[in-house]
Amino acid sequence: MPADAAVLRRLYVTMLRIRLFEERVAQLVEAGEIRCPCHLCIGQEAIAAGVCAALATTDYVWGGHRSHGHYIAKGGELPALMAELYGRETGCAGGRGGSMHLIAPEVGILGTVPLVAATIPLAVGTALASKLRRDQRISVSFFGDGATEEGHFHESLNLAALYRLPVIFVCENNFYASHMGLLERRAVDQLEQAGHVHGVSSWRVDGNAADLMYDGAMAAVARARAGEGPTLLVCDTYRWRGHVGPSWDEDVGVKRKDELHAWLDQDPIAALGRRLAALGIPDEELAREKTLVRTEIESSVQFARESPRPDPKGVASHVFGLAKHAP
Amino acid sequence: MPPEIRSLTYAQAIREAFAQLLASDPRVFVIGQGLWSPWYAGTSLQGIDKEFGRDRVLDSPVSENAVTGAAVGAALAGMRPIVFHPRMDFMLLAVDPIVNQAANWAYMFAGRTSVPIVIRAVINRGGEQAAQHSQALQAMFTHVPGLKVVMPSTPHDAKGLLVAAVNDGNPVLYIDDRWLYEEVGDVPTAEYAVEIGTAAVRRSGGQVTIVATSFMAPQATRAATALEADGIDAEVIDLRSIKPWDRACVVESVHKTRRLVVADAAWRTCGVAAEIAATIATDCFDTLVAPVARVCLPDAPAPMSASLESAYYVGADDISAAAREVCSYRRWHGVSRPVR
Repeated sequence: MPADAAVLRRLYVTMLRIRLFEERVAQLVEAGEIRCPCHLCIGQEAIAAGVCAALATTDYVWGGHRSHGHYIAKGGELPALMAELYGRETGCAGGRGGSMHLIAPEVGILGTVPLVAATIPLAVGTALASKLRRDQRISVSFFGDGATEEGHFHESLNLAALYRLPVIFVCENNFYASHMGLLERRAVDQLEQAGHVHGVSSWRVDGNAADLMYDGAMAAVARARAGEGPTLLVCDTYRWRGHVGPSWDEDVGVKRKDELHAWLDQDPIAALGRRLAALGIPDEELAREKTLVRTEIESSVQFARESPRPDPKGVASHVFGLAKHAP
Repeated sequence: MPPEIRSLTYAQAIREAFAQLLASDPRVFVIGQGLWSPWYAGTSLQGIDKEFGRDRVLDSPVSENAVTGAAVGAALAGMRPIVFHPRMDFMLLAVDPIVNQAANWAYMFAGRTSVPIVIRAVINRGGEQAAQHSQALQAMFTHVPGLKVVMPSTPHDAKGLLVAAVNDGNPVLYIDDRWLYEEVGDVPTAEYAVEIGTAAVRRSGGQVTIVATSFMAPQATRAATALEADGIDAEVIDLRSIKPWDRACVVESVHKTRRLVVADAAWRTCGVAAEIAATIATDCFDTLVAPVARVCLPDAPAPMSASLESAYYVGADDISAAAREVCSYRRWHGVSRPVR
């Protein structure tokens, strides 16, 4: 079923939460309050929002170094996220992870980590667990176009197709791996072909169109729940900011000004806002949503600032999990 | 009623542990290369796929990285996967999921979760298999925080340490050596665990401590018998668990014997023997009356030709020679040098 007005509005709020959260993070990084490396997904919000709206809370989501959006879209708590970026004990990873290591098991996020493509096989693993347990859960793996150059991306597609696993591979193709453009790294830019050769259904989606992302994800979810196996969604989008940190990258010559400005004109949030206006949702209502989100973000900043840093005595604790998992 | 204890080979004991774990815990599954093959795992997994079904015993594509990573993911989802690498050499293609992911996971997320995965790696050397089918890489993985490493040498421990590894709740690397598969020993019928981190004193003695890992443990016992004929009374400690290792047990023994030989059939430089030697040099500095000796492989890849293999591998004779040298060591005018 295509996204209706209620779904679109939900997507809009999710995207707004990601955008405003990250814009605030950018300021806090510039101000020196947040020091850990932060990879921002500003401009790419529609993918996380569209996909996660198609999932249940119990479904698994895996991410990488650029995963604030995935965490927020899947329902992770903002105070724990902000506190983690601040390196506080109250952070979602207890101040051991920072921006590149996020966790929210209560909503199916078992960890996002920065080794490129590393969580793709892990997503295959949670899907394998679901298949063995017949628990109907779906696993989603978010990764960038750079990850498609790793061998274990291809190994994972084959494994998922071979075992017909309920996993959705979501490639956020922002055309850059750090400073390297897509065609500087590969001879072929049709990333969805990777799925075809492994027998994984693969679709290319406009990653800046939240409604299309939602529709695509719903179709992939339906296939997965019906036992029809994995899907690869290649979602074209653009990273507005630099590879890491708040800069816009133009100054260092990584991004082309023309290209950036063309993509700025395709702002996924502005586009969805126009769509909602056309559906008769008044501007004031969207403005009110924005105010609510800003308030929520400020209270998460407050929470982070007031939280303690981890006790230095704990530097070597948690090397192993405490629980001896009883059989 | 079946007997409570009976004799099994090392390989049979491993198989029994797999079978009992698969039978008693629905979260346990096995994945890796060669699981449906009659020869990859020798008799240590024979027929296990037929007994428990191929959905729980998954012979995998040739994709060490993704397969091991998938097991890490399944473990995080609450399963108890055992990954099988029929050669430890092949496991190097899975270093990212083992070292970057599984080993770091609990710490990276402040203990909110852990990775209850067992990775079984087989050392399978000799037979002119050469450099890429023979490596004993325990030291590389012992170096990494967040990984436990066990190397059983007896049928009893082969079973008990596998059970302990699966129930541990953390990533455990379980390394077995094909040269041990025909060793015979007493094995209880019931499921039981051998505590990770505990060594076993295989022979009591007063003059020299021999600490040995895996295949070198029975070799050390044989060496001790030979040494007895020379009037040297050796104590033999089978380390069993490489990380954590039983420091207290070794320290106590060296305080008694005042001499130490460490035998680990792997490369010498930065090896397990080096770690034990360094620790004992610190903990027992005032006790030691001779330098610690190491019996290891030369710092060279495994060769092919049988003549080179016999020069390369170490065993009971090398251990007894090292023990004799350690026991004949004398200080001379405050300057350390051996007596001829």
